[in-house]
Amino acid sequence: MDDTKGIATHIPQLRRYARALTGDYSAAEDLVQDTLERAWKRFGLWRSGSNLRAWLFTIMHNIFLNQVRTAPHNQNQPADHLAPHGWGSRTPEERLELEDLSKALRRLPNEQREVILLIGLEQLSYDETAKVLGIPIGTVMSRLSRGREQLRTIMNSTSGASQLKVVK
Amino acid sequence: MKPQKPAVTELELHAYVDGKLPEKRQDEVATFLATNTLESERMDAYRKQNELLHALFDPVLAEPVPAKWQTAGRYRGYLLRQVLAASVCLVAGAALGWTLRGKYGANSAGNLNFAKQAAIAHAVYTPEVRHPVEVAAEEEQHLVNWLSKRLGSPLKIPHLSSLGYELVGGRLLPSDRGPVAQFMYQDKNGQRLTLYVRTDTAADHETAFRFAQEGNVGVFYWIDRRLSYALSGEVAKEELLRVANAVYQKLNP
Repeated sequence: MDDTKGIATHIPQLRRYARALTGDYSAAEDLVQDTLERAWKRFGLWRSGSNLRAWLFTIMHNIFLNQVRTAPHNQNQPADHLAPHGWGSRTPEERLELEDLSKALRRLPNEQREVILLIGLEQLSYDETAKVLGIPIGTVMSRLSRGREQLRTIMNSTSGASQLKVVK
Repeated sequence: MKPQKPAVTELELHAYVDGKLPEKRQDEVATFLATNTLESERMDAYRKQNELLHALFDPVLAEPVPAKWQTAGRYRGYLLRQVLAASVCLVAGAALGWTLRGKYGANSAGNLNFAKQAAIAHAVYTPEVRHPVEVAAEEEQHLVNWLSKRLGSPLKIPHLSSLGYELVGGRLLPSDRGPVAQFMYQDKNGQRLTLYVRTDTAADHETAFRFAQEGNVGVFYWIDRRLSYALSGEVAKEELLRVANAVYQKLNP
């Protein structure tokens, strides 16, 4: 039972990923809660010495996928609960950029957003990402490539600092 | 230069952005991008995406973790709820078993129930701090005499010190087939295992080890002559099997 404490060290990262994935504060906290409960319950199935972080992300992915399947209309809502921590110190251009990205992220298909976040934000390796999502690495790369390009297109087409940036 | 042949793959460009290329290749891709404005702009945009993601979501890392997620307390609550859920199943299962028992043999269902009952007893008593057992290990002889008398079979308590588990003590429990003995063991980290023993007059034979996973609790159970045994624990299956083997050997020297 002591070993389950190892899970706790990954909570901040699980929360960050959940927040970025759902774009909603309470949905994200619920997702973390469900993930932790399942992890505690199934801890006996985790093979000691293997990648605990990847195992936890796998659990979170499966729960998220299940939620999306059962309640697809709740997804891709506008990100209105993303608390703008420390935004006071940012310039208006920077804030616009962050808002643009936040909105663009919500417009991506879940499968592309997951890959972009696991790699770009959580810095998982391409291999780990493939294992977490249960897909071949080739699929990871094509989702990453398409997702990033789509994100760029969306951000370039929205008014805001990002467009100014390109002109500059 | 041979411009018609793509010097760098799409995969490598992403790996470059994510800093996942070997150093030498990283430099080569940088050289490639220096001569390719379109690709260079594209990669700048992707790198910017990563930076913005961190700027947006890294503050979440600094949020204090709610107390309910600090494992131990939360976990206990979880375990209790799990036990309650299991109890409901048990009651329902017992009722069903009662109505079906005339028509069908109770053999396999009985075995399944045995493992489940052992797991429930494990989950109920192992979190106990003050009263984990009725009779403590200090009174081992009394414990053996008392439980042997109640179960109607001479019991032996296997000593597992060589495996790192010390006897805490034991208690008497009720079951649908009469009294059951539960012995509790604990390692130096407080990890507890329980051995659940029931008399089975009908089953005067031996079985192989069987394994059942009841929620978080793993159970190895077997029948050895007139007694059924179940060893339960929230440890890895391999560890539980190691102890189950030792228990069996110590009971059959």
